[in-house]
Amino acid sequence: MSPVSAVEIAGLRVVRGGTAVIDGLDLTIGAGVTGLLGPSGCGKSTLLRSIAGVQRVAAGTVTVLGEPAGSAALRDRVGYQTQSSSVYDDLAVLENLRFFARVLGLPPAAAEAALASVDLTGQGGVVVGRLSGGQRSRVGLAVALLGSPALLVLDEPTVGLDPVLRRDLWALFHRVADTGTAVLVSSHVMDEAERCDTLLLMREGRIIADGAPGEIKAAQGVADIESAFLALVEGRGIA
Amino acid sequence: MTPRVTLAIAVRVLTQLRRDHRTLAMLLLVPCLLQALLWWIFWDQPLVFDRIGPALLAIFPFFVMFLVTSITTLRERSGGTLERLFTMPMGRLDFLVGYALAFGAIAAVQAALAAGVAVGLLDLDLRGPDVLLVLVGVVDAVLGTALGLFVSAFARTEFQAVQFLPAIVVPQILLCGLIVPRDRLPRVLERIADVMPLTWAVDAMEHLATTARTGAVWRDLGIVVAFAVAALALGAATLRRRTE
Ligand SMILES: Nc1ncnc2c1ncn2[C@@H]1O[C@H](COP(=O)(O)OP(=O)(O)O)[C@@H](O)[C@H]1O
Ligand SMILES: [Mg+2]
Repeated sequence: MSPVSAVEIAGLRVVRGGTAVIDGLDLTIGAGVTGLLGPSGCGKSTLLRSIAGVQRVAAGTVTVLGEPAGSAALRDRVGYQTQSSSVYDDLAVLENLRFFARVLGLPPAAAEAALASVDLTGQGGVVVGRLSGGQRSRVGLAVALLGSPALLVLDEPTVGLDPVLRRDLWALFHRVADTGTAVLVSSHVMDEAERCDTLLLMREGRIIADGAPGEIKAAQGVADIESAFLALVEGRGIA
Repeated sequence: MTPRVTLAIAVRVLTQLRRDHRTLAMLLLVPCLLQALLWWIFWDQPLVFDRIGPALLAIFPFFVMFLVTSITTLRERSGGTLERLFTMPMGRLDFLVGYALAFGAIAAVQAALAAGVAVGLLDLDLRGPDVLLVLVGVVDAVLGTALGLFVSAFARTEFQAVQFLPAIVVPQILLCGLIVPRDRLPRVLERIADVMPLTWAVDAMEHLATTARTGAVWRDLGIVVAFAVAALALGAATLRRRTE
């Protein structure tokens, strides 16, 4: 494990639309696959945007790979996918990848490698708008994987996909994490919790639990994460 | 700004256009067809066409580039691609200049085609150098691109983006001298027309049509360039790496 944690957040405060969405958040994220789980509107995207360096923050510090979030040194070390796939629907798959590779200063071969890693090699010439939702999401993922970033930030990449695809994507996240990339994935679907090495449960802008899924369940004395979430919210358990 | 990134964006915008035949037709063919239509409308009054023909050469690039850029950059803002690009080694000038390069190149082709049709087929008189005509068309288009990019920051949907056409573009068309020569406008309207960029692009085209002397054209071109630079600065101000 690298001595520098992937993300370190201290006293983060974010105001959106006049209200404080996140207020005084402290958090450390390390290696492996970390899942950020919480209901819609709890602030997952806001937190991920802060880590990616595209969110205006009111106070606090966000340190990514030892540098301030969003600083120039991080621009080719953090792969980010927004909640929409953030690719061009009117371009072919490979055209998308080659464009982003060029922006990153990577050779065209990097585009093919990223395509292969999401199992879309045969689809390189297809216009993204013609792909299924799952394939489109994988193109977005391939762009985030370009140049083997040290941190991968993915905002709800598995939402709305069929169970087989979701399983395959989580397997991919683990393969990427095994190469030393820290992977941070958000979801509002609680049953994805078991697939993470580390779990962050979020509610109303606060992290209410941080640990391995097994630890969180054991601490609350419950059998599944959904029950653990309820127990934490209702103030039972150790929390 | 990094030339590699600027160029990547320009090439990508052109690739998107190449795949979008309808938009490409709107950019390149529709101006020629509309010009032919107006020539037909005034077929027994050639003097009228000689007066409005040059103005049209200035209006088309501005109008269509404004429209196309406001929609495409709105898509970049709402689809997450702009946000993703801002996490990469892209400066906002790369984005802005990349768009200006792409649409400037399209505008050069558009200006050459439209002028070719006007002069070759429709007997429009043009006395000034062709190169200047294309140059005015390109600067005029870059102005439309920059303004389109700027207004896209104030729209949430494509429908809202299109609403900027009647608000920002149509008044300029009405006052630029197309309908009534500017010196015959009421004094207040004439003053308003003076501070509208399209007026000067039209003025440049009219000079190119009526005289071989280019002094006034260069002055007009300078004014349009100044407006385009100001619009690019406005556009840059709306491109923020960090947003709320
Ligand atoms: N662009 C925005 N302007 C103002 N408020 C916003 C904006 N985006 C999100 N919010 C608000 O911020 C809160 C958190 O949103 P978000 O981070 O998107 O949550 P999640 O990703 O968990 O669904 C919500 O209450 C939402 O209404
Ligand atoms: Mg979200």
